[in-house]
Amino acid sequence: MRALALDPRNRGLVQASRLILLSGGVFIWWLCTTMEWLPPFFFGDPIVVAQRMVGWFISGEIFLHLYTTLLETLLAFGIGTALGLGVGLWLALSPFFAEVTDPFLKAFNSMPRLIFAPIFALWFGLGIWSKIALGVTLVFFVVFFNVFQGVREVSPVVLANTRMLGASSRQLMRHVYLPSAMSWVFSSLHNAVGIAFVGSVVGEYLGSEKGVGYVILLAEGVFDINSVIAGILLLTIFALLLDAAVSFCEDRFMRWRPEAGQTVGATA
Amino acid sequence: MNVLKHKFAEQRYPASPTINFDAVTCAFASNEGGGKTYTAIRDVTLTVNDGEFLSIVGPTGCGKSTLLNVAAGLMRPSSGHISIFGKELQGGLNRDASYLFQADALMPWKNAEDNVAAGLIFHGTPKAEALEVARDWLVRVGLDGHGHKYPHQMSGGMRKRAGLAQALALNPRILLMDEPFSALDIQTRQLMENELLQLWAADRKSVMFVTHDLEEAIALSDRVVVLSAGPATRPIAEFDIDLDRPREVADIRMTQRFLQLHAAIWDVLKGEVLKSYARTRS
Ligand SMILES: Nc1ncnc2c1ncn2[C@@H]1O[C@H](COP(=O)(O)OP(=O)(O)OP(=O)(O)O)[C@@H](O)[C@H]1O
Ligand SMILES: [Mg+2]
Repeated sequence: MRALALDPRNRGLVQASRLILLSGGVFIWWLCTTMEWLPPFFFGDPIVVAQRMVGWFISGEIFLHLYTTLLETLLAFGIGTALGLGVGLWLALSPFFAEVTDPFLKAFNSMPRLIFAPIFALWFGLGIWSKIALGVTLVFFVVFFNVFQGVREVSPVVLANTRMLGASSRQLMRHVYLPSAMSWVFSSLHNAVGIAFVGSVVGEYLGSEKGVGYVILLAEGVFDINSVIAGILLLTIFALLLDAAVSFCEDRFMRWRPEAGQTVGATA
Repeated sequence: MNVLKHKFAEQRYPASPTINFDAVTCAFASNEGGGKTYTAIRDVTLTVNDGEFLSIVGPTGCGKSTLLNVAAGLMRPSSGHISIFGKELQGGLNRDASYLFQADALMPWKNAEDNVAAGLIFHGTPKAEALEVARDWLVRVGLDGHGHKYPHQMSGGMRKRAGLAQALALNPRILLMDEPFSALDIQTRQLMENELLQLWAADRKSVMFVTHDLEEAIALSDRVVVLSAGPATRPIAEFDIDLDRPREVADIRMTQRFLQLHAAIWDVLKGEVLKSYARTRS
């Protein structure tokens, strides 16, 4: 008998295995709750969860909430990334200010920033801006530290060469620092996507009148565990979509980056 | 074989200095700390003349790259002066020079064409025109059809050629080259050396060429300067290379005069290499 070659490059096999893993997990969940090994009141039921989700979309009641959460997340993500990029580049290129602000940035970063949620609710009200503010404080630091690192890691030889070729400081920014920082930024954006969702949902959870976090809060109030799980799954799906969008941009902009073992098999 | 003997060497160019090192000393902070310094080069006085091909040879770690960095304006001497075309370089970069670095220096996020065009774009050439010139240079260094490759997709030799195109595309008056061919195999290396000589013969830039390889230095240059072993390196001897031009680097190595020069220079260099070896071992 031939052993099955577990080759990670075999896309079909990988996808099939993933599907098996997923459906296996869901099946065990279903089995445990229908056989009442686990109390369905606390653990829900996959079939009811699916019905709940489909129901939301058919009745259309979820769209406003989903739209709100996505808007908050995307704005937090965009603003946080832009700020992180700007401040990161600026501080990395002005050592004096980097030195001055270093302890403050470290302090802000190590602070449990979710605690800001109630304060932002007071400052910005219960609308979307308090959630965006929370998301921005979370996303900013992730991007900022990566940009800062990215600029610091620019190869001194490449830098010297580009200067010798006659680049002005603006051209150095555009042709050396920014592209070098971008590869770091992209790896941080994958984290930032998840964190931006955390910002909006936690914000909604603590005080709002719309958004998926609010839906989850309501469901929890009436011990409707199935709706809670459905809400979480919905957020997960959209986080995955946003992450895929980041990967798509990464592949387009980071074409220059070497990948290990980039050979293609001979075409028959 | 070249039977026609152009006596280029005899019609010496007027010796007006292009690069002039005047008692240049470079000391680095040593990593032992405690304010200790390491003097890489001390009191170097050296002139590169207009249109001259000057080679610098010396044991590894003696300060050859340091000399080039000073000439490029990337490094300020701890004391002494460096002037380019009679004007002292004070803190700024040497705008008349192109520098071919010892290490890979292409921008990894630009393909070969864009890398070569970048210098022209920095100098204000419109993009389309810069790309045109870049393609032309890539052809000249033998990279025809490789313009869309990124540095990581090129071999070490191809990267060096792209670097050469990048440096030459700016048509500088001075060319600083730091062991540009040491990573190449012997055949490619000789091809590139011949190409360099041809390109150089076209408009006689002033070249400061650093190499480990004495044969290469003799085959290419008008003059070879030997540096002493570090620390506190300084030039200890210089030799005029009176071989005829144009030269064919592979053939010229067989001539009597080449061998004589080689023996004479090696006699000086060998002592320094041995000293340097003894110092790094102890
Ligand atoms: N930035 C630096 N800080 C401290 N020491 C340095 C620095 N740059 C060079 N040196 C020292 O100065 C000496 C000369 O270095 P340099 O790079 O000029 O040598 P080189 O002659 O080019 O050597 P190679 O032939 O191996 O390239 C070396 O001993 C090196 O350790
Ligand atoms: Mg060197």
